[in-house]
Amino acid sequence: MVNLHRFANPNRFMRLSARILPWASVAALLLFPAGLYLALIGSPPDYEQRETVRIMYIHVPAAWMALFSYSFMAAASAVALIWRHPLADLAAKSIAPIGACFTLICLVTGSLWGQPTWGTWWVWDARLTSVLILVFLFLGYMVLYDAFDDPQKGARAAGVLAMVGFVFVPIIKFSVDILELRTLHQGASVLKMSGPSIHETMLWPLLVMALAYVAYTTAILLVRMRSAILSARVRSLRIKRAQGESKPIVVTYRA
Amino acid sequence: MNAFFVIVRRDVTLSLRRASDTISVVLFFVLAIVLFPLGIGPELNVLSRIAAGTIWVVALLAAMLSLDRLFQVDADEGGLDLLLLAPLPLEAVVLAKCLAHWLVTGVPLILSAPILSVLLNMSLKGFPVMVLAMALATPILSLIGAVGAALTVGARRGGVLVSLLVLPLLTPVLILGASAVDLALAGLNAGPLLMLLGAMLLIAVVLCPWAAAAGLRLTIE
Repeated sequence: MVNLHRFANPNRFMRLSARILPWASVAALLLFPAGLYLALIGSPPDYEQRETVRIMYIHVPAAWMALFSYSFMAAASAVALIWRHPLADLAAKSIAPIGACFTLICLVTGSLWGQPTWGTWWVWDARLTSVLILVFLFLGYMVLYDAFDDPQKGARAAGVLAMVGFVFVPIIKFSVDILELRTLHQGASVLKMSGPSIHETMLWPLLVMALAYVAYTTAILLVRMRSAILSARVRSLRIKRAQGESKPIVVTYRA
Repeated sequence: MNAFFVIVRRDVTLSLRRASDTISVVLFFVLAIVLFPLGIGPELNVLSRIAAGTIWVVALLAAMLSLDRLFQVDADEGGLDLLLLAPLPLEAVVLAKCLAHWLVTGVPLILSAPILSVLLNMSLKGFPVMVLAMALATPILSLIGAVGAALTVGARRGGVLVSLLVLPLLTPVLILGASAVDLALAGLNAGPLLMLLGAMLLIAVVLCPWAAAAGLRLTIE
């Protein structure tokens, strides 16, 4: 088994993340224009939906990342609660706003897509409702995190909430399959046992966009975690200075 | 087992002595329902159409009202520390407190729901399913609510926060309960939905005390 404690050391994390961050940022910067070009210009319009199908390349990866962000948050919360890793806690806290944004992007683009294709901005079908609830789960997590005077307590309470809310992730994922009759959404068309049913010319732009989203999420998550660690350091340095410590302050890594 | 019922009796007795809390929950339920015909207008066919959903939504909100007191009162008075040290597992303590909470808020809601549905001109066909679905759903409200209440013990703004955390988790209960009554009103078989509610209740009985106890242990030290 990989020794996770190796990665729990903030110093090692700062070194490692400093090395990953440029790669993730560059990958996002390259993949987004490439994916957008393929999606908006390089791919054919749908025979039925015409040009509106291009919303899919923004909408579908956002939905994937929203679910992934929540799963990541719940997993990181579990690690934080079981092994008391401060970094896992930080990871969960840092990804919550990112996931909430992806969920909102998913809802807004879905609404814009729904108007021309279904003829309505919003329907109360199983998937839309469950994704809307996902937004509230993210927001509830963030509010609970800040609701305590002792940040440690807030972190723990929010961690338990993230794990409790995880029961919703399978419901959202499979809501279309279970409630087939009550939904306007189509079933899964990329990850299927029989291979993707979406055409190759549309699959590639979708996958490039998905990779761009992943690279972007990685970069932003690392930036948020690094800045949280640095601001904690700055705070403790200020406290030390205020307490009048005469020892010279040694910074052990390059920020 | 004895200690379990002692806690239930203590909590019920305490709530009955502070009866204004219990009554205010039912009073809120009645008042909020009464507001609907005033706001929407008194057409009987419109009211009977929205009756089931309205009663479920308001029952959900009414159950939220008393949740923040579930653990907060004990935490303020120091009783919670004793319960944490008690020989009874904390999960059982939580279950006992949920049972007590259900007896003082859930049961009055179940009893008053049929009377209020008359006010909203709901057809008599829906009554048995309504009461049955409420009987299955109100314990779920107490159990899931206990998780939210446990997580917000000691938080700066407890009351609103509990509702914010718990209401999204309760949406499946609302959908199943209201749909069951609607099916019964349409003369269809509501059995499968009631069974799903029963399944949710069983899962909640197993998982919620565990999650709430974990939350209490983590936030109180």
